[in-house]
Amino acid sequence: MGQPFLIGDQMTGGYGAADILHGCTIAVEKGEIAVIVGPNGAGKSTAMKAVFGMLKLRGGSVRLDGEDITTLSPQDRVAKGMGFVPQTSNIFTSMTVQENLEMGAFLRRDNIKDTMAQVYDLFPILKEKRNQPAGELSGGQRQQVAVGRALMTKPKVLMLDEPTAGVSPIVMDELFDRIIEVARSGISILMVEQNARQALEIADKGYVLVQGANRFTDTGRALMEDPEVRRSFLGG
Amino acid sequence: MDILNALVTFLNFVVVPATAYGAQLALGALGATLVYGILRFSNFAQGDTMAFGTMITILMTWWLQSLGVSFGPLPTALLALPVGIAVTALFLLMTDRVVYRFYRAQRAAPTILVIVSLGVMFVMNGLTRIIIGAEEQNFADGARFLITAGEFKTWSGLDEGLAIRASQAITVVTAIIVVAWLFWFLNKTRTGKSMRAFSDNEDLALLSGINPDHVVRITWIIVAALATIAGVLYGLDKSFKPFTYFQLLLPIFAAAVVGGLGNPLGAIAGGFVVAYSEVLVTYAWKKVLGYLLPADLAPDSLVQLLSTDYKLAVSFIILIIVLLFMPTGLFKGKSG
Repeated sequence: MGQPFLIGDQMTGGYGAADILHGCTIAVEKGEIAVIVGPNGAGKSTAMKAVFGMLKLRGGSVRLDGEDITTLSPQDRVAKGMGFVPQTSNIFTSMTVQENLEMGAFLRRDNIKDTMAQVYDLFPILKEKRNQPAGELSGGQRQQVAVGRALMTKPKVLMLDEPTAGVSPIVMDELFDRIIEVARSGISILMVEQNARQALEIADKGYVLVQGANRFTDTGRALMEDPEVRRSFLGG
Repeated sequence: MDILNALVTFLNFVVVPATAYGAQLALGALGATLVYGILRFSNFAQGDTMAFGTMITILMTWWLQSLGVSFGPLPTALLALPVGIAVTALFLLMTDRVVYRFYRAQRAAPTILVIVSLGVMFVMNGLTRIIIGAEEQNFADGARFLITAGEFKTWSGLDEGLAIRASQAITVVTAIIVVAWLFWFLNKTRTGKSMRAFSDNEDLALLSGINPDHVVRITWIIVAALATIAGVLYGLDKSFKPFTYFQLLLPIFAAAVVGGLGNPLGAIAGGFVVAYSEVLVTYAWKKVLGYLLPADLAPDSLVQLLSTDYKLAVSFIILIIVLLFMPTGLFKGKSG
């Protein structure tokens, strides 16, 4: 199989003196969905931020398409084809939906019309509300704006930090459907999720983290069927 | 007829001067609100930036006048304005480079930046006084009036005259052009939108690849332009005196806070709220009331609520009321 498309390999590091990640490895293949789950405080979001360069690593490396990007800043990683949707404050609330998408494409100098049309196809409600300030939208719609903004750079990898936090179960299902659609278009998805069960259902690969280290790594389906994972992390 | 006379008096002594003053405050407040929204601190040097820009414009105006250059009926200062803006912009960019950038890199708290700007204010303040002196300077030339009181009286047949000074008309026209341009820039251009995005959510702006240094540079250039234009218009309308400009800081911040700090639309509305309040409270209503009330009710006193010496108190009162009862201002700002 060779190298995964994006891999955070044996990552060790934290925000201050104490390490949060201890030799943690996260990888995603082209066009697949990888999900990071685990209990609170397991370092899920930290692992994702480390892959995106928002955290200084003391050990390990991050490689994108075989290229070592460990020392690149998050902005440079965006230019390399990584899109990131933070968990909170992930939209420009005072700007319209369309302006949010335009800002997502800020680095691009070519015509963004087609990409914008694709985002509107993916999230039709955004087209309807394109001239409304994004801050006036509902929680689920805001998440769509956030994902849409990240898609505007035409990323090769889309990283989502708890995209379904605070949205209703129906909206969550809908968002997951859209995420599968994005993955089918060839974009790799790396996602941290609180709703472990639903997330593993759509995952090609799942990572269960505990205290900043890999505890279980397998396909989403296999993790769902693993009795120990079920007992410890999925509530039976 | 009395009602018309009262109205004309009111227009002449309240509406016309307050509108011009409001436009000047609005431009000043726009500069303050942009710094607050994008660089995230209250810039105490705003008043002295206006003084500095006006000083450069005055020096340029004198030089042009000595060469015999004039702008016909318009003040020569308008020709000198671009130079004033350019020099002020360079000065602000340099200040950013040697002062503000250091604190930005440390991610200093806004309160620290406010005190830093206070230091910058003292430096600019001193520099202006060293170069042009602390005295009052007049640099207005060109036509004095658009309409004189006498012309208006013959035209209308009323007892009261309505005078519109050229500087007042220029102020309002310039302010409209500048504000229209600024809103076009912020809402329609790529750079303007990136400035709004940076003001809205700095982290996400960085994630979107917006270059913070570029945003900061453009902001200072626009602030220099707004401050210089506001200062020159104020100087043409009244006169230039460094201390007066320093004092303008208060009504300017009152205006920005009333409108909601960080909100450009609010800064404009706030400018007019403060200007009208100041003029309405310090205007002697005797004449207007004399026309409106029956003769036996006409007031003997001046009916002036507050002496003009205390006009700064109006800004203070507005500031306190707004901060107590609606800290985010009329147009949802970022403070509070």
